Amino acid sequence: MILPLRLEGVSFRHIIQPLSLEIEAGPSTILLGANGAGKSVLMRLMHGLLAPSSGRVSWSGGAGRQAMVFQRPVMLRRSALANVAYAVQAAGMPDAGKVAMEALKEVGLAHLAHRPARVLSGGEQQRLALARAWALHPEVLFLDEPTASLDPSATREIESVIRAFDASGTKIVMATHNLGQARRLGDEVLFIHQGRLVERAPVERFFKQPGTAEAAAFIKGELPWD
Amino acid sequence: MHNIAGVLAQPGLWEIVALSLRVSLSAVLLATLAGLPLGAAIAVGRFPGRTSVIVLLNALMGLPPVVVGLAVYLLLSRAGPLGSFGLLFTPGAMIVAQTILILPIIAALSRQAVEDAWREYDEQLRSLGVDGVRAALTVLWDVRFSLLTAVLAGLGRASAEVGAVMIVGGNIEGVTRVMTTTIALETSKGDLPLALGLGIVLIAIVLVLNAAAFVVKEAAQRRFG
Repeated sequence: MILPLRLEGVSFRHIIQPLSLEIEAGPSTILLGANGAGKSVLMRLMHGLLAPSSGRVSWSGGAGRQAMVFQRPVMLRRSALANVAYAVQAAGMPDAGKVAMEALKEVGLAHLAHRPARVLSGGEQQRLALARAWALHPEVLFLDEPTASLDPSATREIESVIRAFDASGTKIVMATHNLGQARRLGDEVLFIHQGRLVERAPVERFFKQPGTAEAAAFIKGELPWD
Repeated sequence: MHNIAGVLAQPGLWEIVALSLRVSLSAVLLATLAGLPLGAAIAVGRFPGRTSVIVLLNALMGLPPVVVGLAVYLLLSRAGPLGSFGLLFTPGAMIVAQTILILPIIAALSRQAVEDAWREYDEQLRSLGVDGVRAALTVLWDVRFSLLTAVLAGLGRASAEVGAVMIVGGNIEGVTRVMTTTIALETSKGDLPLALGLGIVLIAIVLVLNAAAFVVKEAAQRRFG
């Protein structure tokens, strides 16, 4: 097990103010905040795509198997199946083709396996990105606003796949600015405001009794811009 | 006026076409060997002066062929630094000049294609633990049709230019006379049938090249997205 993930005094330029936190296995963690709050950057720092300006990011069991799904899926110019198989091969796992096909079945894309990935619809491509993550059996899955550019029905499909990840024991860390989605999928909320971790609370309590004025304003839809 | 078959059956015409293709294809081969890696390296590299290099490379796409011809002429002339090779007024000199002319085209177009793809793929590939040579090969493979288009653009430019090969080749009959220089000469002499025949062949070649570039790109778009 690679968790917990520890951030100690981590900052990134002026975007993330120095913060320390620990992310444990188990509950789904939602990074909640307005656009530009620093959620995506924080998540990239956790996943190792960005190096912190100061501080330290450490996994107790080494970086291990993690995957990330981005707001806009990035697909290679090859079939849906080959895109998943590429990730499996890159991870050094055997039976790439078979593993990839099973992952496509899991997200309901088996019938599109041989279609070029980049001509699939936005929702299908995002499900394909989830299949690519699924095939890696990650211990932690980072999701950066995975439904921000999708319609409601595609969003529902994505959310059901995310629940399947959760049910299979994968730790979910998801950035979103969508309150409903945070409620539906989250167990705990990390509320990010202007690059600072303002509040951390179980999802029920966060929405019923936010502990800070910024969080309360965000929930009411009154984003403080100052 | 002759009919088209008659125009194309003139003595010497196909030898001229063959020499043109030999010169331009050799130049494209050399410019591709140097230009693709150069373009890819500039696309993914981070070094001081990178922006200036890109601006310069893009500007060089519009190099006037006569200026390239003049520069190569000075380099290869007897008194020039490379005069000892005795290349001036040979097909070799024409290949050198055309290589210099189209190298920036191939390098600049491939730089753009690779950089766009790299920007899009970078985070995803690193997230999958793919980096270094493997990441580079993945990106190059994915933009292969754009690279082919870049090469065909270079070939189109090389086969259609007249200034550079005229200056460094000297337009010597049977030795360095290619389609474009022959057309210029024969037209001024008033021998329109040969100029016309070569013009038809030249346009056909340029047309086929551009159609090929278009078809390849379209097919790739449909097939791979």
